[in-house]
Amino acid sequence: MLEPAQIAALDAGHLATLLEQSLVRLASEMRGDFRSAMAVACQREAASRPQVVLRMLEDNAQLASAKALPLCQDTGTVWVLLEIGSNAYGQPLTVAADIFSQVDTAVGRAWELAALRPSLLQDALVSRLNTGDNSPAFCDLSMRPQMLGARLHIMLKGGGTDNASSQAMLAPGDGWPGVRRFVVEAVRSKAANACPPLLVGVGIGSTFDKVAALSKHALLREVGAANPCSELDCYEAELLAEINATGIGPGGLGGQTTALAVHLESAPCHIAALPVAVNLCCNAIRTVSFDLTGHWLEGGGQA
Amino acid sequence: MCSCFGTGTGTNTDAGVQPLRLDLPTSHDALAKLQVGQELRLFGRIYTMRDVGHQRCLEMLKRDGQLPFRLAGEALFYAGPTPAADDRPFGAIGPTTAARMDFAAPDLYRAGILLTLGKGCRSAAVAEAAAETGSVYLTTVGGAAALLAEKVLTAKLIAWDDLGPEALYCLEIADFPAFVAIDSRGRQL
Repeated sequence: MLEPAQIAALDAGHLATLLEQSLVRLASEMRGDFRSAMAVACQREAASRPQVVLRMLEDNAQLASAKALPLCQDTGTVWVLLEIGSNAYGQPLTVAADIFSQVDTAVGRAWELAALRPSLLQDALVSRLNTGDNSPAFCDLSMRPQMLGARLHIMLKGGGTDNASSQAMLAPGDGWPGVRRFVVEAVRSKAANACPPLLVGVGIGSTFDKVAALSKHALLREVGAANPCSELDCYEAELLAEINATGIGPGGLGGQTTALAVHLESAPCHIAALPVAVNLCCNAIRTVSFDLTGHWLEGGGQA
Repeated sequence: MCSCFGTGTGTNTDAGVQPLRLDLPTSHDALAKLQVGQELRLFGRIYTMRDVGHQRCLEMLKRDGQLPFRLAGEALFYAGPTPAADDRPFGAIGPTTAARMDFAAPDLYRAGILLTLGKGCRSAAVAEAAAETGSVYLTTVGGAAALLAEKVLTAKLIAWDDLGPEALYCLEIADFPAFVAIDSRGRQL
């Protein structure tokens, strides 16, 4: 689900401009694949209450888009992931160390322009003072030399749904049954707080600090697109069925649609470890992924 | 925690039942008639209050022995809106997670708050306090905030301007959709 983005150079200024424009649009737009899946789910629901809730969410998506209003009052934290690969000749792309230096300014401008809610604090414990412009953004850089080109992912993530996420360091002996139990219980205990229907991102593997990032990355995949790993694809179907059998339903008001999809991402890990993280994404899903190709990449590297 | 929203609620759908009108501020008599799971339409006055507001409100309650800002008998909406847009008081407003206010809710019910509105389910202590005081907790749909903002006619800043979106506002709402999630007998959805 990559959108093309023509940027003249992979530098701080061009990245900030693209980010600002995207944020203004993102705040008002439910992701298209999720919205289509929601319409299908609405037809499948047998009872009227879940249908009423799903229709309300569709009406909200229409209204927000048409009038450029925020989809949700929690306009979220800004999460940015820049993935850097190689050019068409296999040469690694380069990026300057100051690539994210104008991101916070761009966030502030977008917040003012679109009248979004400043939801960020200077620090979590000591002052808890609002920064007033929703800065700082949370940015990551990922080097992927095997990948062609570069990609920029942007997500607005609400606080309530991130709160409803969880992580565990399971024992290798727990295996798939242990992972399944943990994921289903994580959703069962927190889904009603996370604004269902949900997209459930699950990270499995890597290390304590990185498994949470995997679970968030899993939210970027298009709803309905198969997992490239066939075993994981089967596990996803199993998890989705079990999660929807909880009956929590849209808005936590009962029904068959607690989640529209479960996405797994796995990674290498230590022989002693089976890290699992579950990142829930609410129905106000706001992500966009750009392919930063254009004439910048044709030139073989950084302009 | 949230086992209250488990299997079985899917069939409790009130298919074809018209939502019930509830005027705010309300009374114990009116609340006693509400049943868990019922769909409502709210009309009248409700105050926004979130995390920090609850900390401040509790401190003032302990200090003065009564709720500040004449909140006794009033309704609270757990919400932090976006700024004004489209000729409306707020561009978007919707419920935040009610469980985060569980630390204060029993004390506030006992001090005279009659109704709370948020999303998600709540602790047993909140349900017990609702039953003890004849108060209720309502839920509304999270993620429908542009739509819900259309139901907010006016908003007046009452206090805590320094908190930005977490300030205490008095809203006038009309035809605002909600569902009874804890009734005055303490039954949870």
